[in-house]
This record gives sequence, structure tokens and C-alpha cells, in this order.
Amino acid sequence: MNDQFSTPMRGIGSTEEFRTKVGLAEMLRGGVIMDVTTSEQAQIAQQAGAVAVMALERVPSDIRKDGGVARMSPVDKVREIQQTVDIPVMAKARIGHFIEGEILQALEVDFIDESEVLTPADHAHHIEKSRFKVPFVCGATNLGEALRRIGEGAAMLRTKGEAGTGDVTEAVRHLRLIRGQIRSLTQADPEEWMSIAKELGAPYALVCQVAKEGRLPVPNFAAGGIATPADAALVMRLGAEAIFVGSGIFKAEDPLLTAKAMVHATAHFDDAVQLAEASSGLGAAMAGIDATRLPEDERLQVRGW
Amino acid sequence: MAAICAGVLALQGSVEPHLRALSRCGVDPIELRRPDQLDQITHLVLPGGESTTLHHLLELHSLSNQISQRVATGQMALLGTCAGAILMGRECQESPPRWNLIDVEFQRNGFGRQVHSFIEPIEWIAGPDLGTSEGIFIRAPRIGVSSPAVEVLATLGSEAVAVRQDRCVACTFHPELTGDDRVHQWFLRL
Repeated sequence: MNDQFSTPMRGIGSTEEFRTKVGLAEMLRGGVIMDVTTSEQAQIAQQAGAVAVMALERVPSDIRKDGGVARMSPVDKVREIQQTVDIPVMAKARIGHFIEGEILQALEVDFIDESEVLTPADHAHHIEKSRFKVPFVCGATNLGEALRRIGEGAAMLRTKGEAGTGDVTEAVRHLRLIRGQIRSLTQADPEEWMSIAKELGAPYALVCQVAKEGRLPVPNFAAGGIATPADAALVMRLGAEAIFVGSGIFKAEDPLLTAKAMVHATAHFDDAVQLAEASSGLGAAMAGIDATRLPEDERLQVRGW
Repeated sequence: MAAICAGVLALQGSVEPHLRALSRCGVDPIELRRPDQLDQITHLVLPGGESTTLHHLLELHSLSNQISQRVATGQMALLGTCAGAILMGRECQESPPRWNLIDVEFQRNGFGRQVHSFIEPIEWIAGPDLGTSEGIFIRAPRIGVSSPAVEVLATLGSEAVAVRQDRCVACTFHPELTGDDRVHQWFLRL
């Protein structure tokens, strides 16, 4: 038997509810989840082959530009998008804002993103996610943060990257860091696991599980700054299991073509000939900003505790 | 009988769990992404995922036609789960286009959105005849109008959830997420 398939199936041993949550995350693998603010955009995303849409009030680059408090997408907007498409509809809630979570659950969105892109409602606590029937996805910049979110009940993770910049560098950094931390954890002695858990600020049981299985217990997707088909393929090659694209599609010159190209590149991330084809004739990508030169108070990835 | 060569359509969806299951059955599955890989495959799995996404990616390389043709000429058996099952069904008003390989209408998201996803025991009455097994239903499709040419393999209550026509098998649930490989083992013998 192939070694890479020797670890247990994800979710085996968890509650039935958690297994259906992780199950939906498994179904989204290899796909592109696209940020949309209107039902017209949702229609374009579905037509281009998106596996899901993320309903939000403003795309990250506009939140960055216009400032103000960024909140959950208006309820009417979420409903309108749900009526327009039949692929899964996700929506963002503010960090710690469990009421926004409950409202989105009442709307029956398919996934809730407790997102640092919105203005945090609680600067010390995240939503306790295991009590919800709707699965949650959360951002993470390192293994400790990832395992804390899973400890709270997240069924999917994504890198935070630096949303709204069109600069993939932070997503790359987070993917490489988490991968490196998992690799070194698998090489540690069992005696070291507790002190690693302490250092990471992560639940001990999850640290033990990752040490034994060599991978996260839930799928890990990439997000934050993915702007071109080449960016999409890069994060997939670095081990992301699917991607989120925020401003990269509807801030591009031709959103439908860009969306199709992202879907194409994510599926064929390992084939440079296909990637060249996906990257041709697209027009201009979104204008970007260098994520490493952002002042500290404009960095969204530091939100999360 | 010619040697078995298993493949999993690896464009999008729960590809890896199927690769694991097939691998545990003792075969070394191909990850199918391009038409030139299709010639060798005798048993192909269409995984769960999003059916509109799968349709879009299949059309990029006219894979839908080539898969259907290979099945129609008896060169390949097909196992579809969830979104994969939808593609195999009878053409209906809903998108995406269907392949008419199993004379059944699959209604997308027939049980509703994710909050209505569930795990329930299902009863096998034919095919692999597993007795009771675990049925994982995730935004699952529902089997509507069906023809007498279609054999019901498993039911949830009174409702068909796994069907077969010739060498095409469709499950609206996810045997690949259970860790129980008996459906895959049986499929490889078709």
C-alpha cells in the first residue's frame, strides 16, 4: 500500500456532526472559493466553475481602501446570493461575534468564515464553534493558531496571507511555516509533545494527533493575496488543498476570464503547459500592494488570538 | 479478463479518500486529469465535489465525451459518488448536463443545504450486499424518477441511495469517507 495513504481518514473517531462538517471541506478540495458581494458576481463565479462563493459586504481590497468597520454581509444580500446559485454559499462573521454566527446559521449558509478580514468583535476570544451545526473555517498563520481554531471546532483552516493586497507572499510564508512545524513535530519524541503544545499554545491532544499522522486533522486551504493563476498553482504546490480568492477576481480587468483561469490552474497546478494556457489572454490582474511594507496597524493577519 | 487498472477523476473533490480506499484494495490508482491517461483505465471513480465545477473542468479537455464513450463501448466500469453520481444520470432541466449512463434523475442538493447533511445507516439489498452500512450524506443529491433498467442496490428508508445499470454504479452518499472499502472492492470486480 502506498505510504501516503497509511494515515487514518480525517474525521474518523469524531462525532457524526463533525464528520459531516469535515466531509464538506473534503468535497471542496482542489477547488476555488470566490468572494462575491452581489448575486451577479455569484452567478459569474458559478459559471466559471467555483466550488463555492463567499458572500461579503466588501471585498478585502475595498475594506483596506475605504476603512470603517467591516461586518457580516447584509442578510438580504446573503439570501439573494443563496437564491441565485446552487453551489455552497459561505459567509464571513467577525472574530468572536457569535451572534453573527448564529444569524448566518439561521440563514443556512453552508460554511461560516470567522474572518480577520472583518473588524474583530472580540479582542481576546474566538467563537466557540463546536456548538454550531454549520461548519466553520478560520484563518491561521502558524501551527499553534491552527490547532487552537480546530480545538474550538473549526472544520477547515486557511492561511490568512494578507488579504486585499494581491501579494501572495504572506500566504506562502504561512503555508511553509505550518508545513515546517508539522514536519518537525513528527520528528519529535513523544516526551517532547507536551512542551511543544505549551510553546505553540495548542491543545495537547491535537499536538499528539498531528505528531502521529503528519498532517492537520482538517483540510487546509490557502487564502490572502492570491491574484493570478500562477499564484493559485504556487500555493497548491506548497500543499494547500484548495484556494480562496478575494479581490483577485472581481478587481481584475476581466472577472469571468480570470475566474475560469483560476479554476483551471487550481485543478492542473502540477502541469506547467496547462498553467501557461490558463494564464494566457487574461488582461490585467488586480493592482497589488507589497504586503511586507504594510504598516503594522494595516496588517490583517495579526488579528486572531 | 484483462488486468484491472483503476483510476480516480482527479480534477476536483474528494479524490484522496477514493485513492486511499482503492489503494487499500491492493490496486495502484491513476489520478486522471488528461484524456491520454484514459486508455489504460478499466475502472474509473468519479468523486464527490461540486458537479458544476467538475463539468467545467471536464469540458476543458472534452473528457466527458471520452469517458461516456469508453463506458458505452464496455471498456470501463464507472463508480460515481455524490456529484460524480449526478453526472452519470439522465438528462434533466437542471445544470450541469448529464451523461445518460444511468436512467435515473438525480436532483442536486435534494436533502437541502449543509445544515441538513447527515450520517444514517443504509440497507444494502443487492450488489455488494453489505447488510447495513454507514451512509454519509453531504449536501447529497436525491434519486428521482428511475427506469426498470436500473437496479436498486441500497436504500435509506424506502428511498434508493445506490443504483446500478450495467457496469455503472452511482451512490448519493460517500462510501470513501467511511474507512470501509467493501464498495470499492466489489466495484473492482465488476
